[in-house]
This record gives sequence, C-alpha cells and structure tokens, in this order.
Amino acid sequence: MSIKSDSWGSRVGLILAMAGNAVGLGNFLRFPVQAVQNGGGAFIIPYLICFLVMGIPLLFIEWSSGRYGGRFGNHSTPYILDSMSKNRIWKYIGVFGIFTNVAVASYYCYIESWTMSYVYHSIVGTFNGMSQAETAGFFNSYVDIKQSTTGIPYEAVVFYILCLLINTYILSKGLKGIEKVAKIGMPLLILFGVVLAVRGLTLGTSGASDIFPDANAWDGLNFLWTPQFDSLTNPKVWLAAAGQIFFTLSVGMGTIHCYAAYLDSKDDVALNSVSAGFMNEFVEVVLGSMIVIPIAAGYLGLDWVIQNAGFGMAFQTMPYLFQQWGGMIAIFAGVFWFGLLFFAGITSSLAMGTPWIGFMRDEFGWSNNKGAWSFGALALTMGLPTVFFYNEGLFDQYDYWAGTVSLVIFAFLETILFSYIFGIKKGWAEINLGADIKIPGIYKYIILIVTPALLGWVLISSIPDMIDRVKDADTHNKEWFTDAYYAENFESTGLKTAKVEEVSENYIKLSFENEKKVFDKVTEKIKIVSFMDTKEYNFDSEKNQKATVNVGDVISPKTKIAKGEFINNTFYKFLGRMLLLSLFAFISIVVARAYNKRVKEGRN
Amino acid sequence: MNTTALITMVLAQGIVTCFAVYFFYKVLTIKPKQEPDSFSENDNDELVHKKD
Repeated sequence: MSIKSDSWGSRVGLILAMAGNAVGLGNFLRFPVQAVQNGGGAFIIPYLICFLVMGIPLLFIEWSSGRYGGRFGNHSTPYILDSMSKNRIWKYIGVFGIFTNVAVASYYCYIESWTMSYVYHSIVGTFNGMSQAETAGFFNSYVDIKQSTTGIPYEAVVFYILCLLINTYILSKGLKGIEKVAKIGMPLLILFGVVLAVRGLTLGTSGASDIFPDANAWDGLNFLWTPQFDSLTNPKVWLAAAGQIFFTLSVGMGTIHCYAAYLDSKDDVALNSVSAGFMNEFVEVVLGSMIVIPIAAGYLGLDWVIQNAGFGMAFQTMPYLFQQWGGMIAIFAGVFWFGLLFFAGITSSLAMGTPWIGFMRDEFGWSNNKGAWSFGALALTMGLPTVFFYNEGLFDQYDYWAGTVSLVIFAFLETILFSYIFGIKKGWAEINLGADIKIPGIYKYIILIVTPALLGWVLISSIPDMIDRVKDADTHNKEWFTDAYYAENFESTGLKTAKVEEVSENYIKLSFENEKKVFDKVTEKIKIVSFMDTKEYNFDSEKNQKATVNVGDVISPKTKIAKGEFINNTFYKFLGRMLLLSLFAFISIVVARAYNKRVKEGRN
Repeated sequence: MNTTALITMVLAQGIVTCFAVYFFYKVLTIKPKQEPDSFSENDNDELVHKKD
C-alpha cells in the first residue's frame, strides 16, 4: 500500500483550488459565446437546469469516487476506478483521467502564455493607437512563430516555455503550492472580474462612434438575458447547454478525483462540491456574462458581436476596446483582463498536473519534484507541435479530441461505473458519508437515470461530428502532399459559387453571396440577411504555388484554383490525432507496468 | 435594458450569487471535525486543546 504523502492545508484552500480548477478561460469566453450562438436568453434556462441535473451530480460522483479511491492510497483515476470494480478494464478506462490532463495542459498552457504576453504588451502600450484590424492582425502575427512582436526570436515559444516552467515549479511544491496560488489567484480573479463587469454594466451608449453609431452595451445584455421560451424545445440549445456545463465544471477530466483523493473518509464532500460548483457558476453567470459581450456590443454593436462572437475576441478585440478608455485606464483594463484570464488559466492548468504526479508517486514511488518535472517534459513534448502548427489546425485537433470528446466519454463511463457497477446504494452512502448538508433524496434517482441519460445523449449526438473530423469533411484539400489546391466551401451550405475579383501569381480574391445574422430590435429576434462577402487566398512563391484562375471566372467549391507544391492541413491534423493516440498508448503502458508491479509485490 | 431581460438577469444572477454565498458561508462557519482530519493547517489544534 502506498503512503499518503501530501495533504490540503485547509478546507477553504481545497474549495478555492477546486473552484480554481473549474474556473477557466471558458467561463469568460466560452460561456458568453455559447449563449450568443444559441439564441441569447434562450440559453440560460437549459443551462441552469443542466447544472442541476448533470453538473452537480457529476460533482458528487467525482468528489466521492476520488475520496473513496484515496482511502486505498490511490490518487489518480486508473486505480481510483479500479478500487470501485473488480473488472480490470476500469484501470485502463481510468487512463483517460491522466491522458486528458496531459494533453489539455499541453495546449492550454499555450493559451495561458498568450495571457502572460498580453499583460506585458498592455503595460508597454503595444496596442496604443492600433485600429481594430491592426489589433486582430497583431494576434495573427503573434501565433505565427516566425514573426516576433517584441524582438525576441520565437517569442510565442519563449512565452510558452516560460508558462510551462511556472506551472511545473508550482506543481513541484505539491498541493500546498497549488493551494497558495488558488488563495491568491481566485480573489484577484474575482476582483478584476468585478471591476470589468461594472464597466460592462455601466457602459451604455457611451462607446458609440462614427463607425458604429448604433453601438450599445445594453443591447448586448438585452440579447443575453431576454428569455426566448420557444427555443426551449430546440434540442441543439439543450445540447450546447449540457456541453457548456460539462466543460465549465471541469468534470470528466480526472482532476476532481485527484484533488478529492487527499481527503479522509469522514471529510465532507457534499457541501464542498456544491460550494466549489456554485463558486464557478458565480464567476461564469455573473462575471462571465457582463464583460466580453456588453463591452464589445458597447463599442462595435450587437450585430458585430453576433457575427464575430468567438474565442478570438479575448485577444483580437478586447485590447482594441480597452484602448477606447484611454491612457492609464486602458493599461489597467488590459492588465485586469489578461491577468484575470491568466489566473483562471493557471489554477486550471495546475490541477491538470496532479493526476500524473499522484499516479507516479503511488505506483513508482516518484517524488513530487520528479513527478512535476516529468509532467512538464511530457506537456512540452506534446505541446510544442501545437505551438509550431497552430495555424495548420493541430491545436484544434487537441482541443476537440482531448478537450472535448475525451471528457464526454470518460464522464459517461464513470457515471455508469458509479451508478450501476459500484452501485447507487453504495454510491449514495459514499456521497452522504461525513456530509455537512442534507442532499435531497431526488438526487439519488437523478444520478441513476437522468445524468447517464443526458451524458449518453451528448455522447451519441457527438458521433456524427467525430466521424466528420476523422474524414476531414470540412475541406476539399484532403491529400497530404499534392500539386493542386482546390477552392473550399464559400459559405456554410457549400452550394454557392464565387466570382474571381482579383488575381496575381500568388493571390486570389473571390466574392460570393453570403448570409449573416442580425438582431431585429423591433421583434427582438435574430433575422438572416444576405450580403456580398469576400475570401482571399495567398500562395507561397517559394513552393512554386501559382493561381490558375482568371479575373471574372465563376468557380464552385472543389474547383482547382492553384498549382504547385502543397502540404495540406489534413497532414497536420492527422499528426495531431496520432500524437494524442501515442500519448494514450504511452499512459496505458505505464498503467500496465504499474499493474504488473502491484502483482509482483502482492498489492493487487 | 428591457424589463424582461433585467428581471431574468437579476433573478438568474441573484439565485446563483445567493447559493454561492450561502454554501461558502456554511463552509466557513461549520464546526470543524475532530482531529485528526485531512487538513494540515489545523494540525496543532489538538495539541493546544491538550495543553488547555
């Protein structure tokens, strides 16, 4: 039996660390974007219902499973799940709980490093006087590692490695280090968030300009909060709400199990889990909804927000908006915003290191230091390809397969294990053991029926998308290495043609009819309007790439538009998937070796 | 802001804030369990009691 070699300092520290694990960049970026893309006010009701019937039950399951496994000296999911069932397969399903964390940490630290870099750029005034397009362009230059915005060669890589080093160093200090960061980071995050939210709430029409005369922050808030009850019957909205709850609480990752494994059996998990869960919801629903959308709507108008809402707004739009506040306020706003994102990020990425460290200590007697630095090395190895091939789509593959699919699969399986194999009777007793609050009895049936059914629905609904991803259905340039380039779809249906407006040897500009969503203030509904859109292609003369179309040509998707040497993104996407598979295989082998070691030592 | 949106926002945010504050307040005020527990910062409490 392994020994418990680490512990939480205090209950508040544990809850802040758990809340910090859950509060991430998604609270400020994913939530408002999901809300906007799913009808604004229509989103919040399914979202809160999913929190009650899927989020809280999953928190109960993960906290109690973790504490249960910790009783047997297991601090990561392979052997936590193994301790709940006699079937050997569960330890290999538990591999997800380490795999997801290493893979997600590897690219998540890259985003975290952007926030560090942007704090620096906000302080030195890089964004002063930049137009909106220039601010967006700055981000594109930043992630193109060949370019440098500070003069430091490979700046993006340098910041990434620095960020990973900070994470690894803190992890090497054990749970106390994580707790300390959470105790400093969470209050600061809330403080920064409140300051920016007050600004979002009070901006009103003061940000309107000649370019965006209709800009009004209230429009953004109206759109977010006007309930549209007819959307409640739309399964897509429910699916998006369930997905958001899932990602915001960091369930299905294995980090909650790991943190809870350091609790004693008489320690409460019921109150702790709902407290951490609601703290996350406070940050998301209260602060997350009052920053990006109202501020962007206040300067750029609601229609701009509806058309452009996305993760990139944090880096491509917000610095420009802060500049409108002028001077020192702009600097403070930049520091607050990117500082807030940094704290949200680091409290999550630190949690991702703990399952690997816990596993290697439990099974191979590795010290915290060795575990932390090996995690850093593993994350660096997995993460560098995402830094180098960010624009080629490798990053998105990690985010999709490790940061999305993996979580849903693992959460579904762990719920089945908890409710039907470990048994709901034992499970319910485990949740209530040492509980400081009385959990309503209905949750027993929710955990047994509603939560697995919802998760199963989310999982099954995601299968067509998974197949499309593997088949690279989003592109007409499927060959890895080729001598021709074909036009992609111009708009979502892929049925419309485009006209060639401009051509040079290495450049093509196309125009085509597209549709966009705009908000009708009279009916308070979104309507679709047509407009002429453009698309540009740039080709590389060093690879002999040349346009093969002429001005005035009308072309459809899949038409050959250039010749030369091409390495298509499908190659990098495949590489990303193979790297993730290799990581999963590697961790499975480590788990198998741990199993053999246990058998030899008579510990199994 | 229109009235419906304002009511929805205040209700949703109010409910979430109330629950978050209520549960965290409970965590802060609930009587700690008898030592030894799993938290190390209060490990000296038992010794203090014994001295008393």
